[in-house]
Amino acid sequence: MAMTMNGEINLAAAQDVVWAKLNDPEVLKVCIPGCETLEKISDNEFQAVATNKVGPVKARFKGKVRFSDIDAPNGYKISGEGDGGIAGFAKGGATVRLTPNDGGGTVLSYDVEAQIGGKLAQLGQRLINGAAKKMADQFFEKFGQAVAGA
Amino acid sequence: MSATGIGASVRRKEDFRFITGKGHYTDDISRPGQTYAYFLRSPHAHAKIKRIDKAAAEKMPGVLGVLDGAEMQADKIGNLICGWMIHSKDGSPMKMAPHPALAVGKVCYVGDPVVVVVAETLAQAKDAAEKVVVDYEELPAVVDCAKAKGATQIHEVASDNVIFDWHLGDKAKTDAAFASAKHITKLDIYNNRLAPNAIEPRAAIGEYDTGSESFTLWNTSQNPHVARLVIAAFVGMAPENKLRVIAPDVGGGFGSKIFIYNEEVVALWASKRVGRPVKWTAERSESFLNDAHGRDHATHAEMAFDADGKILGLRAHTVANLGAYMSTFSSSVPTYLYATLLSGQYAIPQIYCEVDAVYTNTAPVDAYRGAGRPEAAFVVERLMEVAARELGVDPADLRRRNFVKSFPHQTPVIMAYDTGDFDASLKKAMELADYKNFGKRKREAERRGKLRGIGFSAYIEACGIAPSQAVGSLGAGVGLWESAEVRVNPTGSVEVLTGSHAHGQGHETTFAQLVSERLGIPIESISIVHGDTDKVQFGMGTYGSRSGAVGMSAIVKALDKVEAKAKKVAAHMMEAAEGDIEFKDGTFTVAGTDKSAAWGDVALNAYIAHKFSGQELEPGLKEGAFYDPANFTFPAGCHICEVEVDPTTGETEIVNWSAVDDFGVVINPMIVEGQVHGGVAQGIGQAMIEHAIYDDNGQPVTGSFMDYAMPRAHNLPSFKVGMTMTKCPSNPLGMKGCGEAGAIAAPAAVINAITDAIGTENIAMPANAATVWAAIQKTQPRAAAE
Repeated sequence: MAMTMNGEINLAAAQDVVWAKLNDPEVLKVCIPGCETLEKISDNEFQAVATNKVGPVKARFKGKVRFSDIDAPNGYKISGEGDGGIAGFAKGGATVRLTPNDGGGTVLSYDVEAQIGGKLAQLGQRLINGAAKKMADQFFEKFGQAVAGA
Repeated sequence: MSATGIGASVRRKEDFRFITGKGHYTDDISRPGQTYAYFLRSPHAHAKIKRIDKAAAEKMPGVLGVLDGAEMQADKIGNLICGWMIHSKDGSPMKMAPHPALAVGKVCYVGDPVVVVVAETLAQAKDAAEKVVVDYEELPAVVDCAKAKGATQIHEVASDNVIFDWHLGDKAKTDAAFASAKHITKLDIYNNRLAPNAIEPRAAIGEYDTGSESFTLWNTSQNPHVARLVIAAFVGMAPENKLRVIAPDVGGGFGSKIFIYNEEVVALWASKRVGRPVKWTAERSESFLNDAHGRDHATHAEMAFDADGKILGLRAHTVANLGAYMSTFSSSVPTYLYATLLSGQYAIPQIYCEVDAVYTNTAPVDAYRGAGRPEAAFVVERLMEVAARELGVDPADLRRRNFVKSFPHQTPVIMAYDTGDFDASLKKAMELADYKNFGKRKREAERRGKLRGIGFSAYIEACGIAPSQAVGSLGAGVGLWESAEVRVNPTGSVEVLTGSHAHGQGHETTFAQLVSERLGIPIESISIVHGDTDKVQFGMGTYGSRSGAVGMSAIVKALDKVEAKAKKVAAHMMEAAEGDIEFKDGTFTVAGTDKSAAWGDVALNAYIAHKFSGQELEPGLKEGAFYDPANFTFPAGCHICEVEVDPTTGETEIVNWSAVDDFGVVINPMIVEGQVHGGVAQGIGQAMIEHAIYDDNGQPVTGSFMDYAMPRAHNLPSFKVGMTMTKCPSNPLGMKGCGEAGAIAAPAAVINAITDAIGTENIAMPANAATVWAAIQKTQPRAAAE
């Protein structure tokens, strides 16, 4: 089941600061909802484990996260796939763009495309989209705090 | 007519137990030492299985076994099969791919069972399943039957994913008929995929007895004997005499419980592996994934007419989606249950139909209420309605001009209609629908801003399946007769053992009505026994509206034998000649005398055997019979649907439904009317709201009742139901069958009415509000602009 989502947020930090945080595994680990581990396995690749609950399905996803199309400090593509066992799987990516805003901060825009399969997909589009939106909100709330505290 | 005999609307005997929670369904049964199975299923539509790691799961608490397809193969458990051979045009046999009960090497649809976990409790089995790691390598998936040819190959045996390309009829003669036509009506139709939703999900308990080396399977089958035959002879679980199958109370099937499924085979095998009974009950979300779906045909159809509006020919090309594997009877549905009905109620000189059946990465597709016949009726009745509009003829008139009027009538597509009166059902339906005042109602609706439309569906179906020799010549792997055994107890009460299987049809009542009528005993003294291979010797089960026409005919044959034997006993009791004994209303009399003996006395004498010697007559009163029908039966009728569409929203309300059916002789009018209601409800569901959808990656989008729309009371009108009657000449009771009629008739009536209302030639099913609204935007720019 295909899932798409996009949006943009204003961050109260300069673009190079935001870019650095976007490439810091420790920051990402804190911001990714339910993330238990995020271990670097090569320059642009990480092994990740995250536990998430969507409606009645709770699953521990294991998988890889990759950076590609890196255009420092303007953006990259972050993509990956997670295997949630009996809950199903999720894979896909987000294109992230950074541009300075008028107030000295940064506008982060994102464009997500994901595929979901198995029991998670069976839950239905409405539930998935709602859950994905919520996770994105959680990520950016924490990410906003991380860049503001820098 | 007695109060409980043939033709009486006797209240259903079984309903008290069903509606007070006293039924015994498979899930209600618990066996000593029972364990629970949980299936780990494929989350991918198409993938190679690279590795299965079960080690962590095996160490989880309560786990008794974590089993996969390789182990099943090692134990020499065979594959599931499709039991109806279809040959392609070039004579080659259909391409039946291996269908293991647990996937081996690859998975072919979302929900394909991969591993079974057996544990002390269901929760433990589920927890352990989370620890199983399966590495998949995803492959491209195909879901759309129109795109299956040439897509990524799913099975080694079927290049291009084509299972067979079959045809019926004379192509050259049909093309010649079209060449001489004055008018040709063309239509592209997609018969939408449906998910069956019986109220009781499927379930199975497998039990292996080491002492007797025999298996018992409790399951939710519509045909337990066929399940036993397949699991014994093809899957190779055990010899038939070492396998007992019990299908107790079953809560609805609609065809989806005919088939032999993965989980019941696995439950049996696992029970031997773990040495304990193994129970599995489907969760509703599993039902959506694994119960065989229905329909899913794409058809291009054409009908040729002469200058007088007489049909010269019909040709159709259909692509049928059979899903990821061939289910038990899947090959027969888009072939002999479909193309053979393309003559409808009409005298059509030439018909030619081509059917390509294809594999896709979706759940298997097989028979669902109507099975092939709804698809055929939809093709014929949509073509007739569109043709009437194109020719500027009243749709009733065009039908009347082309009706078959003399019987028997041999169609160009195998079927020989034995009897019917299509004029009579059309006329009665038009009266019920108040057709002549439709124009007035349409104008009145217009004043309220509503679009009103009316649509006909003059359907025919072939039921009472089927003469064994005939279906054998068409590729069936089994005969389609039925058996019955009538056991009379010494006190005169009766048990009827039938090979039919009730899962909502009310056999315990209707079959008892037949016996009550014949033997003159109250229906309370009659018990109907079914669904246990240890009790009933053999049977072919219930589907295809066959239990009345075939199952009850077998009971009639057995009752004939019982009566003949009882007359012999009565003759000895009353010291009269056997030929002088008459039997009526439960009493035996000697012609020309006042001597009589009651049914119960004769039954008792048959068992105490004091009035005759064993050399003259065998004691006891028990007779069995096998009945093989001489022909299919042909229920037919006319349904008229009237709708009102709100052009601003596309919201469509069915404001009038008139159903007139000819089912031959009716045993219980109340039950028959209920069958019509249920069938029409399912047909309306298909036409207006139901659709099982997969996305392009093969993920089911309609995997729960959140997304799959089932018809509810508010979607349905109060039905007007009428009957006409021509007696079926081929069976002793004159019955034709009623179980599928509504689902066969309804979709065309609905779509004909909606297209009439909004003034369009065609609209896709399900014609839900969004689809109707979009169609209105195209055809009624004024309404759209408002």
